[in-house]
Amino acid sequence: MPPPLVTVTENGLYCPAGEFHIDPWRPVPTAVITHAHGDHLRYGSTRYLLAEPGVAIARHRLGMDHELAPIKYGERLQLGATTISLHPAGHILGSAQVRIEHQGHVWVVSGDYKRQPDPTCAPFEPLQCDVFISEATFALPVYQWQPTGEVVEEIYEWWRANRERGLASVLFCYALGKAQRVLAELRAFTDETVYLHGAVNVLTDVYRQQGLAMLPTMPVTGERKSDYRGALIIAPPSAAGTPWMRRFGDHSSGFCSGWMRVRGNRRRRGYDRGFVLSDHVDWPGLIETFKATGARKILLTHGYSDALARYLNELGIAAGALETAYGDEEQQ
Amino acid sequence: MRAFAALYEELDTTQSTNLKVAAMSRYFRAAPPADAAWATYILSGRRLKRFIGPALLKRWLIEEAALPEWLIDESYSSVGDLAETIALLTAGTAHGDSSSDDTALADWLEERLLPLRDASDDVRRQTITGWWRELPYRQCFLLNKLLTGELRVGVSQLLVTRALADVTGIERTELAGRLMGEWQPGALFWQTLHAAESPRSDPAVPYPFFLASPLEGDPVQLGERADWQAEWKWDGIRGQLIRRAGECHLWSRGEERITERFPEIVDAAGSLPDGVVLDGEVVAWKDGRVQPFALLQQRIGRKKLTAAILSTVPVRFLAYDLLELDGQDYRSTPLRERREQLEKLLQQASPLMEVSPLVAAPTWEALAAERAESRKRNVEGLMLKALDSSYGTGRQRGAWWKWKIDPHSFDAVMIYAQPGQGRRSNLYTDYTFGVWRDGELVPVAKAYSGLSNSEISQLDRWIRAHTVEKFGPVRSVEPTQVFELAYEGIAASGRHKSGIALRFPRIVRWRTDKPASEADTLADLQAMLTTTSGDAPDAAPGSS
Repeated sequence: MPPPLVTVTENGLYCPAGEFHIDPWRPVPTAVITHAHGDHLRYGSTRYLLAEPGVAIARHRLGMDHELAPIKYGERLQLGATTISLHPAGHILGSAQVRIEHQGHVWVVSGDYKRQPDPTCAPFEPLQCDVFISEATFALPVYQWQPTGEVVEEIYEWWRANRERGLASVLFCYALGKAQRVLAELRAFTDETVYLHGAVNVLTDVYRQQGLAMLPTMPVTGERKSDYRGALIIAPPSAAGTPWMRRFGDHSSGFCSGWMRVRGNRRRRGYDRGFVLSDHVDWPGLIETFKATGARKILLTHGYSDALARYLNELGIAAGALETAYGDEEQQ
Repeated sequence: MRAFAALYEELDTTQSTNLKVAAMSRYFRAAPPADAAWATYILSGRRLKRFIGPALLKRWLIEEAALPEWLIDESYSSVGDLAETIALLTAGTAHGDSSSDDTALADWLEERLLPLRDASDDVRRQTITGWWRELPYRQCFLLNKLLTGELRVGVSQLLVTRALADVTGIERTELAGRLMGEWQPGALFWQTLHAAESPRSDPAVPYPFFLASPLEGDPVQLGERADWQAEWKWDGIRGQLIRRAGECHLWSRGEERITERFPEIVDAAGSLPDGVVLDGEVVAWKDGRVQPFALLQQRIGRKKLTAAILSTVPVRFLAYDLLELDGQDYRSTPLRERREQLEKLLQQASPLMEVSPLVAAPTWEALAAERAESRKRNVEGLMLKALDSSYGTGRQRGAWWKWKIDPHSFDAVMIYAQPGQGRRSNLYTDYTFGVWRDGELVPVAKAYSGLSNSEISQLDRWIRAHTVEKFGPVRSVEPTQVFELAYEGIAASGRHKSGIALRFPRIVRWRTDKPASEADTLADLQAMLTTTSGDAPDAAPGSS
């Protein structure tokens, strides 16, 4: 058994042969980044390597004083004694899996990923590997996603029904990725303008500058309730229950997240509607992906990793859990 | 069933009462009469006895989903609802309602579900797993809720009657009356619900009870003391005594017929003229005074009333109100006149039936002083009723208030039990209790003490016989048993799912007289957060 290509250190996932970290949670000399969500892209490292389509978002997040090195999907690069390449993960714009090759062994770190099509990013690409390090956010069999088109139609129908009742529709989505995906998907139903919370607005601008087609948008600025009657407003979940919401008057609230698959999750949070739309891989997607990689060992980072590891071991697939500091932006 | 599933979804996805009422009205208008009657039955909180035990459903689910049992358990504990877990694991990803199955709700219940009661396990397994495979998600979920007898919809009886009034054009109070007592859902019932004249063919049908709201703060806010009637809040069973067509009937507030349990009261009521209905309280009565509820409870628990129990626990009916006289509905007459008639009526009656005395104290302060003596009198506090009030329906705020002594107590439903430590390790003595939020029970407290040894062993047997699920040492139980819990302090808490932490919760008593639906809500407890000051819990024992 060759030594592991990736281990967990106090700074994060580390590749000793390549002398680099992946999505470190503390400052390190070289950080290979899977995507720009806050728990994967953190301040303070000397050099960041990341997929080209994600650079603008990372720049927006980190500011100008960090060194960002764009890498094309599939481009091979020498790091220490390893050859690495980044491949689409289908999670958000610029998200990547990290493929590490060393002395004939291949490990892949998935970062966060999903298998559903998403007009805002390149689709997940299954890679042959010996060891696959996967997320496990939704690794219970109750989490199975319905086709995206159906969910987006539900969102549109909800918006339409609220408009008929003179209500505003406030849709809570994670500000990076999910909001833009919804704005892109909704083009199949309408060309109306959507109002955006400031946090969503700036990131949507970054997406637009990358040439992605989305519904026309306007930042929420005015205070007049009548401006928002019948309108769709997209806001991050953190805005729920704040004074910022008062301007909308009577409204219906919805939340876009994989967690909305379970009724109790929605009711605990007090949303009127839950839309099951996730940027993470679902249960069937996990199993299917593991088969596609041909990996002889699966390591799981965050989520229901213990349950999934046990299930895989019972199926005869070697699997284990890794303790990482990654969270779940869909909870926020 | 598809239309009803859609209605359920609509009710489940809005918090606006107006939208809920509108959705129900729309459904009632469009539905075939038998469906509308069944929907009324379900929406108004009547429950079908469960068709099948959860253990069997789980076993079939394991086979159907082809997953290991531990993973099913893991999924169930993450979802928290067996009916939903089954739907999530069997109905696949078909969330939409594309099914062409248009079987009416009534047919589903009468022709498919009810016959299952007499079917063999094998037939039931084949039928039910077949439905799991065929039904789209929403209907599958609803079906499972019906099967487990756990279907609750987040609407109050008041909202249902609002929608029915909207559809039938009949007044709400009248409708509430027509929904009382025992009735068979079906097209015929739907017709009688619409009838211009009250059918009231069954002399046993009670009126809806008028319920008081808890008074928070000082009664001075109610205005002049002279405009209010004050009575003791007796610690017994609220009951409605009906004397019609030569018969007597006694109903509890939970709409349960308790006639046979109190033969001496029924005997005494025989001396009343025909066409009389009284509202009052059944209390245990000995040595010239009311006895603690616990004594009455000994009698409620008995299946057979022996001469011995009749003499150890004598009872009385203390009358509060007169709802019907000479066969005339008296409820819209002001309380002051109803009271006068009530006193006149019971002057010559048997001592087993007496008018609940008024508390004379002429000022609010004097009344507060009387209230402070409540415990000595074995009462729970005072009832304040506006003298010009009519006898309403359900819990309408404003006219009737209960001014209880210990505001730090509430009614909760037992949801989990686990064995105690040491000498209690073979007994289920550690309980978790929940209160309602939108039709679901949210855990709020764990309590260990407060029951007598005989109650503990009775409850232990009940828990073993009514276990829904086992998680290691913990059992989830059928959410039907109500307990009054007392506590010392309440505070907001981010660490608890309920958002509140209680200090020293303990069991005051087992409320066998209360249906689970009448336990308190999370909103009731949250209201205490704002009215209780000071004593925040330092260490919060309680829910997990």
